[in-house]
Amino acid sequence: MPKTIIEKVWDAHVVREQEGAPSILYIDLHLVHEVTSPQAFQGLRKRGLRVRRPDLTFATADHSIPTHDRSLPIVDPIARKQLEQLEANCREFGVPCEGIHGKRQGIVHVIGPELGLTQPGMTVVCGDSHTATHGAFGALAFGIGTSEVEMVLATQCLLQRRSQTYQVQVDGVLKPGVTAKDIILALIARIGVGGGTGCVFEYCGSAIRSLSMEERMTVCNMSIEGGARAGLVAPDDTTYQYLAGRPYAPRGAAWDAALARWRQLPTDEGATYDKRIHIDANTLTPMITFGTNPGMGMPIDGVVPSPETRSDPQERESLAKALRYMGLEPGKPLAGKPVQVVFIGSCTNSRISDLRAAAAILRGRKVSPSVRVLVVPGSQAVKQQAEAEGLPRIFREAGCEWREPGCSMCIAMNGDQLQPGEYSVSTSNRNFEGRQGKGGRTLLASPLTAAATAITGVVTDVRTLL
Amino acid sequence: MKPFTKFSSRIVPLPIANVDTDQIIPARFLKTTSKEGLDQQLFYDWRYEADGTPKPDFILNQPRARGAAILLAGDNFGCGSSREHAPWALTQFGFRAVISTSFADIFKQNSLKNSLLPLVVPAEAHAMLLQAVEGDPDLEATVDLESQTLSVASGLRIQFPIDRFAKMCLLEGVDQLGYVLKQEEAIAAFEQKRSVSINTLA
Ligand code: SF4
Repeated sequence: MPKTIIEKVWDAHVVREQEGAPSILYIDLHLVHEVTSPQAFQGLRKRGLRVRRPDLTFATADHSIPTHDRSLPIVDPIARKQLEQLEANCREFGVPCEGIHGKRQGIVHVIGPELGLTQPGMTVVCGDSHTATHGAFGALAFGIGTSEVEMVLATQCLLQRRSQTYQVQVDGVLKPGVTAKDIILALIARIGVGGGTGCVFEYCGSAIRSLSMEERMTVCNMSIEGGARAGLVAPDDTTYQYLAGRPYAPRGAAWDAALARWRQLPTDEGATYDKRIHIDANTLTPMITFGTNPGMGMPIDGVVPSPETRSDPQERESLAKALRYMGLEPGKPLAGKPVQVVFIGSCTNSRISDLRAAAAILRGRKVSPSVRVLVVPGSQAVKQQAEAEGLPRIFREAGCEWREPGCSMCIAMNGDQLQPGEYSVSTSNRNFEGRQGKGGRTLLASPLTAAATAITGVVTDVRTLL
Repeated sequence: MKPFTKFSSRIVPLPIANVDTDQIIPARFLKTTSKEGLDQQLFYDWRYEADGTPKPDFILNQPRARGAAILLAGDNFGCGSSREHAPWALTQFGFRAVISTSFADIFKQNSLKNSLLPLVVPAEAHAMLLQAVEGDPDLEATVDLESQTLSVASGLRIQFPIDRFAKMCLLEGVDQLGYVLKQEEAIAAFEQKRSVSINTLA
């Protein structure tokens, strides 16, 4: 029977399937970070267990790590303890770790791919919901909770039920100023934040094929914002070119063997999906969110919708509550709205191509004096590459802050945060209440939109600056 | 894990759709390296003013929430991050079941591993429950996992679905890690035939 790539990867990793019980699924790569792992390591200690496969495990510090000068001590004692705990746990259990001073440290979903750890056909897990990012390589990658982190550390397996398959086909050509971020924001605006619950997305179609690996990562990254635990893109030459020569990618004969395996992965002709949606890339515009979940998004030249237009009472109340929190009026445009902060970073948009895109807009321009602009590279490697290309100078001359790698203001655990009431255009993935700091108001958008807004100080359609 | 037993409690309504894990427990509380002491942080920013005084109109600060073990939540409850701190905070506050029309996947899995029952009801039943609770804040409900019924003192009886394995784990207090550890032979056999992909220790 013809199979989708989702089913192929799943089937290849089933250790055991028993009637009435979830499958036991083997995990090829387990990524670990400081926030969701301490209690898991503690659990192992309590039971006297070891890490079964440290050679399939990799840890890094990203969530609570400060993004200022790393030679300075960490002022927040709780964050410091958590970061030190990660390094101590990894030492004790023999897990490789890029800690506070790691040369390859970075956001877990940025370093996995750039080190070549993430490969097609793998099962990848991490105690983090944005693990779907790794799906860009044709891997089945999902976020797990701390109990599951403990289970994978101990057994290299996960108890999991087969998901439904959801084909997201995006055809056509993106217009200038429209990016991968706008594809995913448009999808979530259409299906809602629960639209993909119980499903794995497969992104396909000509618009997806023509995306670079980094752009595919941006799309897959936000699968969870559409409710799906995972989302993937079948591997192709773009994937193989990206992977070749990366530190942990196979070499020589092993590469050829891997390539032969990977070429079998794409969905078979005639395979069927449980659900499908089609998006016409030709009609997409830059997107921006106006509410307090990523599904509350609209074209940047649109107007904030009115709760009155929602027939479902829960939805109406949610939208009304969101607009109250955001301080926005229905029927008014967002374009032209003053913002106080612009954040360029996060596992959605902190890779080199994102920084290049932002720099291209900011080059030779000044950011508005009323805006604080933070540019936070996703990893040490991204930072070095940016430095080699002279990007930090462009950012600094424009008036932006150039930081050390980490999650930073995406989650506001490390001191980088919005003040109550402040508006921010952010390239991250979540606009939940307080996500970027208590009382902060987040408008999600692409790096291009963020850079354009930084210059004018008000929400700006980047197409007016191109 | 303790076996999940039949219980009765008042119902705390929080009928808002898409309540995300950042609301259930804000990220700044995730710097902890322990599982304990999270009950105070549950719904922190909805529950407390900036100076730490409780907001009297938030439901968890009202007398009806004291000792309550059932949360009546809105659709797609628990969306957002994978933080297990969300069910930890809910159970430490005293909740043993959350009722909704649907749950986000990871939250649901995390809850089941912490003896917190994600109880799914159809939209009509949800609306009826909400109406009943709004009419009588002291209304009690009984959750019986064995027979998969939610019965409300007003006479309403709702049959709820649950996956057989999850039900067995809850009722018997099965430790899922223990269950997988027992599959050592199958795991080792699988590893034998698996093609090598990476070695992070190299
Ligand atoms: S950048 Fe944001 S979304 Fe990504 S892993 Fe870090 S905190 Fe999570």
